[in-house]
Amino acid sequence: MERYIPLLVLLCLWQALCSFGIVASYVLPSPIEIAIGFWDLLTVGMPPGHLLYYHILYSLYRVSLGFSVACVLGVPLGLLMGWSPRFHNLFSPIIEIVRPVPPLAWIPIAIVWLGIGIKSSAFIIFLGAFFPILLNTASGVLAINPILIDAARTLNATQRDIFFKVLVPGSLPSIFVGMRVGMGVAWMTLVAAEFSGVKEGYGLGFMIMTARDIQRPDEILAGMLVIGVIGFAVDWLFRTWESRIRLWG
Amino acid sequence: MNTVHLELVRIGKTFLDEKLGMETCAIAQIDLKIEKGQFVSFVGPSGCGKSTLLRIISGLENSFEGEVFLDGKRILKPHNEVGLVFQQYALFPWRTMCENIEMGLEIMGMGKTERRAVAKEYIRLFGMEGFEHLYPCQLSGGMQQRVAIARTLIMNPKVVMMDEPFGSLDSQTRNDMQEFLMDLRQKRNDTVLFVTHNVDEAVFLSDQIVVLSKRPARILRIFEINCSRPRDRTSKEANDIRREVIGILRRERMDTSPVGS
Repeated sequence: MERYIPLLVLLCLWQALCSFGIVASYVLPSPIEIAIGFWDLLTVGMPPGHLLYYHILYSLYRVSLGFSVACVLGVPLGLLMGWSPRFHNLFSPIIEIVRPVPPLAWIPIAIVWLGIGIKSSAFIIFLGAFFPILLNTASGVLAINPILIDAARTLNATQRDIFFKVLVPGSLPSIFVGMRVGMGVAWMTLVAAEFSGVKEGYGLGFMIMTARDIQRPDEILAGMLVIGVIGFAVDWLFRTWESRIRLWG
Repeated sequence: MNTVHLELVRIGKTFLDEKLGMETCAIAQIDLKIEKGQFVSFVGPSGCGKSTLLRIISGLENSFEGEVFLDGKRILKPHNEVGLVFQQYALFPWRTMCENIEMGLEIMGMGKTERRAVAKEYIRLFGMEGFEHLYPCQLSGGMQQRVAIARTLIMNPKVVMMDEPFGSLDSQTRNDMQEFLMDLRQKRNDTVLFVTHNVDEAVFLSDQIVVLSKRPARILRIFEINCSRPRDRTSKEANDIRREVIGILRRERMDTSPVGS
């Protein structure tokens, strides 16, 4: 319980600063105001009528779409890059050029290509999640002790056996790391992606941008908190999933 | 009887260090004939190329000089007729004991229930019942090594090679494993090629001890040991051979003449 004391003290201090008018509430709303803002998001919605519940669902939908495509492409490509030096050689120049471009810098061209909507926002999220998944998978394959491949070969393993029975399970821990990092980046790009690509009028990023437009810092901060908590929950889900699948040390 | 089973003809191996552009000769020239059912140990100074020799015989090395024949057929690539137990066990960490032992059968395409039955038999033979569903990281060193040996023997290879299998075990476990290996031989009579640093171990286990020189490796001497089994580790014959082998190895270590390149 001791570990929560500093947090509690901080909250009390914050509340006191606001209550005594030392900090203006249009700059930094107090914790209680944020809690009320959260309640407003749940019951009234931002913009009014657009309830928090739907914002969360739309955001999850965009993130899972972009993230799934990133996994479906990133994991096999990463396995191939780790497996075949030739493949690695052929593709790494492209990857090294594209990778440093921040996902957000893609927003303008994404809108040109895909229009405003789910496609362009999912594309931005995809870009954020893809590279961590790809690179972690590839380095997971490269980190497999070559002696395990030799051991499989002495048991008559074909290249196919080595791929599916050694490289895939052997790189699984790194694939999970890649997915967790990728999911983290996906959440980070979400807000900006929704800044560009929302026409449905829903999404957590869209929600906090709207709250800014009508000067509701309490709802901005409540929305930020929701994004953080969901990000944490998703990461927890991944860790639980990993511990179910990966039973070895 | 007594026909040549495994034949090494003028085996040599040179490593090329591409960065330095230097060639290192690991094995100079080795000719050896091994009969079926023999337990042959290789001893020699560390780094003399013993492990490389086993890798060549197993078909894992792509480039080397000379030829390896098993029952008259040349070995060119890894095959499950030649089994290799690796120094660091090389168990698949993501597979349970049972799944590790089954790996070769699984690759062969044997069905799950069938291969599980065979694996069960080996687990019983190796005295490892009750641990089948544990992962390698949950097993002791001695147990891991037994799993590695079982994984190789389950394929019934014509030649079983072991690369310093007991090197990282404490001396008590090591003795237990040596005796376990001898019991196993009573039952199966495999042809075994065994690399070790430990002269005592070689004398206790082998029918033949091949003493190798320091790098580049060549055969210095071959000892035949005809003592009956189970052997007494402290018998006079065992001591005599041990003394002689240790003497050869010491002279080899003292000899500071430049290593051939």
